[in-house]
Order: sequence, then structure tokens, then C-alpha cells
Amino acid sequence: MAERDALLSVEDLRVEFWTSRGTIHAVNGITFDIAPGETLGIVGESGCGKSVTALALMGILPRAGRVTTGSALFGDRDLIQLSDKEMRDIRGREIAMIFQDPMTSLNPVLTIGRQIREALETHFDMSKREAEDRAAELIDRVGIPSAHQRLRDYPHQFSGGMRQRAMIAMALACKPKVLIADEPTTALDVTIQAQILNLLRELVAEENAALIMITHDLGVVAGMCERVHVMYAGMFMETGTTRQLFARPRHPYTLGLLQSIPRLDAARKTRLHPIEGAPRDMLRPPAACPFQPRCRFEVEASSQEVPPLEEIERGHKVACFNPVPEDEWQNLRKQAVAP
Amino acid sequence: MSVDGNLLELRDLKVYFPIKSGILLDRHVGDVKAVDGVTLDVKRGETLGLVGESGCGKSTVGRAILRLYKPTGGSIVFDGQDITNLEENDLRPLRRRMQMVFQDPYASLNPRHSIGRIVGEPLRTHGLANRRQANARVRELLGIVGLPVDAASRYPHEFSGGQRQRIGLARSLALNPDFVVADEPVSALDVSIQAQIINLLENLQDEFDLTYLFIAHDLAVVRHISDRIAVMYLGWIVEISPADELYDNPLHPYTISLLSAVPIPDPEVETQRETILLAGDLPSPANPPPACRFHTRCPYVQETRCKTDVPELRKLGEGHVVACHWAEDIKAGRIQPKEITPVFDPGVVRPLEGPPPD
Repeated sequence: MAERDALLSVEDLRVEFWTSRGTIHAVNGITFDIAPGETLGIVGESGCGKSVTALALMGILPRAGRVTTGSALFGDRDLIQLSDKEMRDIRGREIAMIFQDPMTSLNPVLTIGRQIREALETHFDMSKREAEDRAAELIDRVGIPSAHQRLRDYPHQFSGGMRQRAMIAMALACKPKVLIADEPTTALDVTIQAQILNLLRELVAEENAALIMITHDLGVVAGMCERVHVMYAGMFMETGTTRQLFARPRHPYTLGLLQSIPRLDAARKTRLHPIEGAPRDMLRPPAACPFQPRCRFEVEASSQEVPPLEEIERGHKVACFNPVPEDEWQNLRKQAVAP
Repeated sequence: MSVDGNLLELRDLKVYFPIKSGILLDRHVGDVKAVDGVTLDVKRGETLGLVGESGCGKSTVGRAILRLYKPTGGSIVFDGQDITNLEENDLRPLRRRMQMVFQDPYASLNPRHSIGRIVGEPLRTHGLANRRQANARVRELLGIVGLPVDAASRYPHEFSGGQRQRIGLARSLALNPDFVVADEPVSALDVSIQAQIINLLENLQDEFDLTYLFIAHDLAVVRHISDRIAVMYLGWIVEISPADELYDNPLHPYTISLLSAVPIPDPEVETQRETILLAGDLPSPANPPPACRFHTRCPYVQETRCKTDVPELRKLGEGHVVACHWAEDIKAGRIQPKEITPVFDPGVVRPLEGPPPD
């Protein structure tokens, strides 16, 4: 993969939430960048901070949340430092987001057309007529037939898959440079998921946009992304190209995830190997490896300091004092997967 | 695993939900045919997986078996006894033998009841134990599902999703059932926790000789846990097969496309394999397409038969039945998939137009 100039580079981002139980350390210093046309995956389980990262970048954290340190350079602007007003010009126009649940993220009392037009009218000063035509074009592009009629429909008249298509149309309305998709297919059935992923792939290629794909599904990542960041307790545990990560996972957590999912192409009646224990509660900032209590590779240092994210081969970084041997997964995989 | 005969037999099971319209008079304007003629056997000691997309009627089948819904037609025979039309009182002793695990561990536990009360409730309902016995049984059950004994005095909000699912399992085991309907028991859980619960389900089955009806939309999970799998589409069963056979040799076009749509966590596999994209959405079960219900989305659809004849389940292998007119030709490659124009049907049921009744 050729090195490309970063479009967005995030440096040491930290997000905290104040709650009645105390301060939640949701994101604990993550660094990544993304180039035009690139698809980047952030995978992790619920509560690992992946969605919060997206909200922080879009400047739409709930009131209890705050970015404590870090920067997110987009061109020569730092998204974290921008005022609300400046952020409003970027949001939707240059960075857009697709949310998980298309039912709750569309406004039920406005027509689909009105909701798509909103971004166009806000950012481009389009007349209603022009915006209407562009909206119809978009609806048609995301594969919904009889576009002009459909613009007059309300969200409840759309099926789940169509709503997600409409969301994508809305996100793409202003031809954004960065698209953040937060679990875009989690609420959908597999056949619809395949349709939506295909559509996203095409559109991102067409527009040369950068796509940040946030998901818990390693299968989706394997098929969509060029690079992957595995997130746990608000930190990146392992990052690398998709091929590196799936061929030679070096972090015990990544290995654990791969071992615990039942695979469609599995050999019959192999037992699953769950990761024992439960995710860490985030009330304390990590003072050691956050995965240590659940880890079978732990060493003494794991419980004493936070492992730094270090390069283990070109483009492949791991935050672990005792990385998994290089061929461990290939050996395990041979037993687990049908030849 | 001992397999001797069928524990459960469904014959032409139908569950319709009426669509009513009007303010004063509930006019009956149609039916949502959630389950429309399902014939299925569950063998003693096996795990039968029931897969399909949302709205295909798989949960309705599960609930109808437990008689949580009244069947519109057909019959349900449990362990030799026809339970289709049993009265509530006659059903109660049978309910001890059939239990259910629900999908959402957040919604299926009463937040105001302690875990001890939740898990012990079936014992009380059936009048099987006094307080002391019930407490002992609850402690035993909590141990079986891997929860600490002190959990009994705590409340649902103190537990994570995976732990709550264990509580739900403990409750379903309280009466020593023979048959458990597990309706999407792991869909709401994270992958690392999902595997824990799947392993637990497998252990419990071995230990207590349970028979499972495992309802799920995740084909990889269903394949992992099931001995046989039934695939549902729009109220029908389109294919039943032993689990391995289904994945090695899927015969129904719907099964083929469903399997090809599941993402596999391996970029090497993902780049090589071809996905057969299904066009459009699931049609509305209130107004299903005529003849083969899948013909509106089927990439293999033919001009003849598909749109005129209802396909019957035909036996095409050992324990492998399929409801498709062209299964052999598709298998042999004589029919190739082609693109069809997508039909989007949001599934909104609009009542028939007409003057209001007097």
C-alpha cells in the first residue's frame, strides 16, 4: 500500500464522561490517520469507546462528555479546537456520519426528501427546486426506485434497509471527504447487510472519500477495510492492515476475538474458545494493560504499566508486553476451519 | 446423543394475526400470515436450528409451540399429545416440560425482582417447592449456569448482558424441562460473551438431556450449535437439512444467497468468494407473493412454475428436503443466477379502501 497524505489525523484523543458514578474514561489516547479513498475499520465490543470516538470527531458528544486532550487535524484545522459555528460548516459537508439505527436517527415527522434537502440547503444555498432534484438523484443513486415519489414518504413508510439507504443518501448529499459509519448494518438482516455494504463500497470508490467503519463484526471488517484498529477499553490494542491482522494477530485480545466467533466455514463441532471474564469497567483510567485480567499471555509488566503501541512489523502495531507468537493463529485456525 | 423418535411434531401449523381497522367496529380487513403451513419435527435430544430474516415467522413458530399464541390452523404434538387446542389448565403440567429463553436479557427479567425470586418463580407458580426448598434449588441453578451464589439476593441491573442471559437460562432450567425454545439467546451479546453462553448451552444440553429449538438469524451461530437446520422465508419452511449438509450443499436459492451474504472474518476468504446479492426487501406477510413466495427476489427465478405453482417440500437427500421447483437444475449449474429488478415493499399494511360499515 502506497503511503498517502493523511486527510484526517487524530493524535492522542481522550474523552471522559461525568456521571453520577464517577468519571468514565471512555477513550484513552488513540492515534490514527486516514487518507482519501481509504477504508479504515475500528472494531471492538460494546463500551470500548468506538462510537464515542466518532461522536468526538463530529463534535456531537453528549453534554456530559468532553475531549480532555488530543487533536484531530483535518487539513490545517483542528476539529477539537473549532468553535461550534466553525464545526457546523464542516459537519455534514466535509465530514458526514451514518448512524446505526436508521429508525431513531431519522426524524419521524419530516419527509425523507425534506431531511435530505436540509443539508443541501444549509451548506450550498440551493433553492428548494435544485435541492429537490439533487435529493432525487441521490435517492436514485442509493438504489431506491421511483425517487421523486419516495421523497414525499415519511421514514415509517420505508423498510429498515431503505431507511439505511436514505441515511447514506443524506450523508453523501454534500460529497463529504470523510464518512464515518457507526455500525451501519448492525440493525439489518444479512441479505440487506450485503446490499448496503456493497453500496457503501461503490459510493466510497466513486467519490474517493475516506471511510471510517466502526463495527463489532470482524466479518464486515475483513470484507470492507484496508486497515483495522482493534479497540479495547478506549485504547487501540492492535493496528495493522487487514491482511496482517487476520493472518498474524499478535495481541491476545485480537486472537481471543477470532477464536470466540463461530465461523460459517468452520470444521464441524469444534468448541468455541470464549474470552473469559467481562470487559473492564471504565471508572478508572488504565494504569496497566486493560486486558490483563482476562489474558492468558499476561506477564509481570502487564499489571504494572500500560503497554505502548509499538511497531512489530511494517505497518503493524501491538500494545502488548508479550505478543502472541506469530504463527499461533495459523496453527489454531487449521484446527478450527474446514480445509 | 440419544435420538429416539420425535419430541415435537408440527403439522401444517398456521398462525395468522388479524388486521383490524375502524374506530368503533373492529373490521377484519386481512391477516398477517406470520406462519403459513409449517411442518417440522424435532427429535428427542437434538438441537434444531430455525433460521431466517426478521419477519419470516421464526419467533412466532417458537411461541406457538409453547402456546403463547393460539394457532390458527394445523397441529402441534408434544411427546405424543396433541396440544393444539388444550385449555390453559390442561396445558400447565406440560408447560413444566417446555421452557423458553428470550432474546433480550434486559427486557425479560423484572427489574424489581431479586434474582432469587426470578429464578425461583417457576417453582412457586407450579407449587413445587416451599420457600426453603426453592432457595436451595435457586442456589443450585445459579451454580449450574456459573453465577455466584450471592447473586440470588441481587437485582437484574447489577448484572451484565451475559450474566443476565445466564439468569434467564437458570430460570428456564428450574423445572427440569425436556424442551427449551431459545429465541435468539445470544444476538444481544458481544462476541466474547456470546461464545461463553453458546458453550454453556451445549454443556447444559449434555448434562440435562435437553432438546433445543434454537431460533436465530446468525447462520454461523446456528451452524455451530445445531444438528439440523430449518430455513424459513415469509412464513414457510424452504429447506430442512442436517447442519453440515446445509452448509456444504445448500439447495434452495434463498439458503444459497443467505449463506453467501454472511461475512466471514478472513480477508483471504472474503476476497475470493462471490456474494449472491438478493434484490429488494422481504415482501409483506399480509400480502405474500403467489406461488413460490421467494420468486420476487430469487436470482434463479424461471418463467415457468415459479410464478404459478406452489413448491412442495421435496426430499433430495438423506434428511434433506427443499421447497424449490428447480433445485436440481440450480445445483447442477444448468440455471445461472441473474440480476433482477429490486422490489421494495416497506411492509406497511394499508387497510382496504371502502365505505365505513353502518
